[in-house]
Amino acid sequence: MYAALWRILPGPIWLRVVLVFLLIAVVLFTLATWVFPWVDAIVNNQEVTVGSP
Amino acid sequence: MGVFGELLITAGVLVLAFLVWQLWWNDMVMAGQQSEAAAEISQTWIDEDRSSRDQAPAAPAATEPSKSAPVDFGEPVVGEAPSNAKSFAVLYVPRFGTDYHRSIAEGIGNDVLSSSRLGVGHYPGTQMPGEVGNFAVAAHRSANGGGMHLINELRLGDAIYVQTADGYYTYRFRDLEYVAPTEVAVLAPVPHDPDAAPVDRFITLTSCNPLLSTAERIIAYGVLEAWQPTSAGPPAEVAAVINAQAQG
Repeated sequence: MYAALWRILPGPIWLRVVLVFLLIAVVLFTLATWVFPWVDAIVNNQEVTVGSP
Repeated sequence: MGVFGELLITAGVLVLAFLVWQLWWNDMVMAGQQSEAAAEISQTWIDEDRSSRDQAPAAPAATEPSKSAPVDFGEPVVGEAPSNAKSFAVLYVPRFGTDYHRSIAEGIGNDVLSSSRLGVGHYPGTQMPGEVGNFAVAAHRSANGGGMHLINELRLGDAIYVQTADGYYTYRFRDLEYVAPTEVAVLAPVPHDPDAAPVDRFITLTSCNPLLSTAERIIAYGVLEAWQPTSAGPPAEVAAVINAQAQG
């Protein structure tokens, strides 16, 4: 999977490394902006209050 | 390594990334936003008070926090509980950080506790700041701004300041308690004695315990020590924070 991605990337090795870092940055930004808040709203069950169950 | 193995590793990295985001990055971002919102509302009250006194010069002039004997401002003014998710107070706890401040809003739902502008929730039906009985609030221990991350660090006599549109309420921390999540008696006007007639003015902070778990609740109690109106200026210990907001 990642080997195939490496082969698809164009250019010399230094350019591929730069592109990989760019891809990682894009993925992290997407996750932090949209995916993680959505997951957090679903799994967030941090009860901090006292009350009847 | 097969594609399946790569997928498993990717999943693991994503879970780790989520935890870093939830417990550190987003926590930090939300703490900043909540502090900023609290500073705004605090400043609004101070400005409103100042302009109301400008229009009515008959009122006694603002006194600088004097170093002589503390002035007695009489019975604390008790406000009305607002509607759900509406901010009505600002919490200052120097033990949580010298510039720690958070909005207290009505209600203990996620719309308050996990909000980027609120963060601390007042248990509906419990008393208001300064009132005889129990002013009970809740906040996250970690993530979502972690309003009570350091609740376990409180020491006897630590100040807990609550600012409202009316003034400043100084509570002194008394003790911590660890209870089951169903222990609603901690919210009673006299904690653990729901039938007793209250005499003291308590504040009760609740959060989850242990850290990152929901197995228990950690409860911090304080007792009202002093009250002063907005016109008298903030208590000395938080004056720096509040004045910094005015300039910022």
